[in-house]
Amino acid sequence: MARLSPDNVTLALEIIGRYPRPKSALIPLLHLAQEQDGHLTDDAMAHIAELVGVTPAEVLGTASFYEMFKMEPVGRYVVNICTNIACQLLGGEELLEHAEHRLGVRPGQTTPDGLFTVEDVECIAACTEAPCLQVNYRYFHRITHDEFDQLVDDLAAGRRDDIPPHGTLARVRQHIPPERRAGCVLPEDTATPVWIASASTEEAEA
Amino acid sequence: MAITDAPKIITSRLGYDDSHTINRYVATGGYQALRKALTMSPAAVAEQVKAASLLGRGGAGFPAGVKWGLAPADVWPRYLVVNGDESEPGTYKDRILMERDPHQLIEGVLLACYAIGAGQAFLYVRGEMALAQERIAEALNDAYQAGYVGKGILGTDYSIDVVLTWGAGAYIVGEETALIESLEGNRGMPRLKPPFFPAAKGLYMQPTIVNNVETLSNLPWIVANGGEAFAALGAEGSKGTRMFAVSGHVRNPGVFEVEYGVTTFRDLIYAPVYAGGIRGDHQLKAFIPGGGSAPWFFEEHLDLPLEKVTVDKAGSMLGSGAIVVMDDTTDAVKACLRLVRFYARESCGKCTPCREGTTWLERILQRILDGHGRPSDLELLLDVSDNISPGLTWPPKQTTICPLGPSATAPIASALGRFRDEFEARITVAEQARTSVPVELKAPSHA
Ligand SMILES: Cc1cc2nc3c(=O)[nH]c(=O)nc-3n(C[C@H](O)[C@H](O)[C@H](O)COP(=O)(O)O)c2cc1C
Ligand code: SF4
Ligand code: FES
Repeated sequence: MARLSPDNVTLALEIIGRYPRPKSALIPLLHLAQEQDGHLTDDAMAHIAELVGVTPAEVLGTASFYEMFKMEPVGRYVVNICTNIACQLLGGEELLEHAEHRLGVRPGQTTPDGLFTVEDVECIAACTEAPCLQVNYRYFHRITHDEFDQLVDDLAAGRRDDIPPHGTLARVRQHIPPERRAGCVLPEDTATPVWIASASTEEAEA
Repeated sequence: MAITDAPKIITSRLGYDDSHTINRYVATGGYQALRKALTMSPAAVAEQVKAASLLGRGGAGFPAGVKWGLAPADVWPRYLVVNGDESEPGTYKDRILMERDPHQLIEGVLLACYAIGAGQAFLYVRGEMALAQERIAEALNDAYQAGYVGKGILGTDYSIDVVLTWGAGAYIVGEETALIESLEGNRGMPRLKPPFFPAAKGLYMQPTIVNNVETLSNLPWIVANGGEAFAALGAEGSKGTRMFAVSGHVRNPGVFEVEYGVTTFRDLIYAPVYAGGIRGDHQLKAFIPGGGSAPWFFEEHLDLPLEKVTVDKAGSMLGSGAIVVMDDTTDAVKACLRLVRFYARESCGKCTPCREGTTWLERILQRILDGHGRPSDLELLLDVSDNISPGLTWPPKQTTICPLGPSATAPIASALGRFRDEFEARITVAEQARTSVPVELKAPSHA
């Protein structure tokens, strides 16, 4: 599978340029690779290693720590159902069970048509809106079993184009216009910040 | 009931549909505090924050002004890292602030960086929060264009880049030193403190201030109105207002900004303007006062004010402002297991008592719930807990690198301390089953 596309390389270089140390861009770049391919491929990780200047093993070492990075293909829609405490109290586990029956898979598995992966997840910061879930990290609050079925039908029928395929997170990217950029401050840049220095000069003069 | 008319300091814009836009922000007084600060010296801005006695809202409740002062003098560069990793069970407030008032947060970041002399700021958002990432990206793009962020801010010599970055799913990354590791592109495993207190040795081993999203969102109001005005709200030891998420078995779950230190748990849980009381005809069984890591409270704690010192003394914490209410239908064993499972899953594995201990605690609780518990299991739970957090005291002691391990023992000490009979009942049933059908119980194999 794929290395990063030329457009994504351009984006990757822009992202790397924002950090004092290139390796700091690793997680954002892994997200970019996952956006491109739906999961992380060995080729993309090797390509990221080249761009960042570390070994592929280091890239894998970081990637494998984080749950959102998928080393194997997952469904077009990853359905994360929260069963942590606030959701458990209000039917999160029953919702998960319903989802397992409706889709015929256990948590962590993908439907044979490649459309849905179901996951049993920890608190997603929507506790007052329990039970809740995310589809590709988009929230659905206070969801009933019927609403869940409707959502699955809509997704399967392609009626939810507000939800991008798995891998895409923010569809708006930060872009710093070159003329507005203050620039990276490297650990080696030991000068006193200008505004701090000028404030102490003023103080000394006063 | 103490329902006060304290102003909304951080949630004032949430009534607007377009609260996240730069136009709404500027039209409602946004970026005025930044303009004001730029006419003041950085030290004077820091002084206002100190006068406000603003406590950190990320969990530990450390005063922001004091933390800023811990960065060693004249060591440059310094960095600011914004902790937007919100994932403590029950916690829901930073996501609201990031999605619905991102400019308020950005202005807070700019004020903090100006005051402490940070050379660059990194705004680390939890990986699972796609909308928050979009809203902050859009807000930053607009703020750069408008001259509020970047080079020569509002025509002054103050320049700083605010970089949006995000995680990829790991609760432990909310711990500040793990967050820094993650920001350096590594596995999110905590560093030992000492020596790695971020204010002294943080990002790239430089002095780094890590502050929570809600903490920083208070700064525009504090600078605009003065630290004294902020400190006039609340009570001794807990100033200003604070967001609390009240979830679980209440009529009207929600997130409420209330006056800190004055409002009580009873107000928040029962007042019609807040959570409206326990659902149906049910009674309160227990509540978690400050996120999954906090020991549970009960009926007798309802009249405690939402005030740090008082709650700490009573044996728990306000933590991340997350109140989870359980009514009398709640199964204490099940609730306890669910919380412990969380810590077992999220343990980063760096230290043995936490990695092994949380896994064992989960397994023992699971077998009790499944009807395979043994009479010795309750002591075993306490013994394993004691290996992670000696003495099971409050505040907890730890044999671990970070407080995640000890957090797993809080629900056990609480549930077992108060509802031991529920655990025993399940074990008695298991014992009866065992004597009628003799089965050899296998020790759980290690994963
Ligand atoms: C296991 C663990 C998880 C944490 N998660 C978060 C979190 O998600 N968000 C947060 O702001 N602070 C979290 N903290 C607290 C941070 O380490 C740190 O104290 C906080 O970000 C400092 O900001 P404040 O002083 O403004 O509160 C966590 C701490 C621990 C031990
Ligand atoms: S206590 Fe747990 S989470 Fe914290 S460093 Fe040790 S193993 Fe990691
Ligand atoms: S417990 Fe489910 S979102 Fe927090």
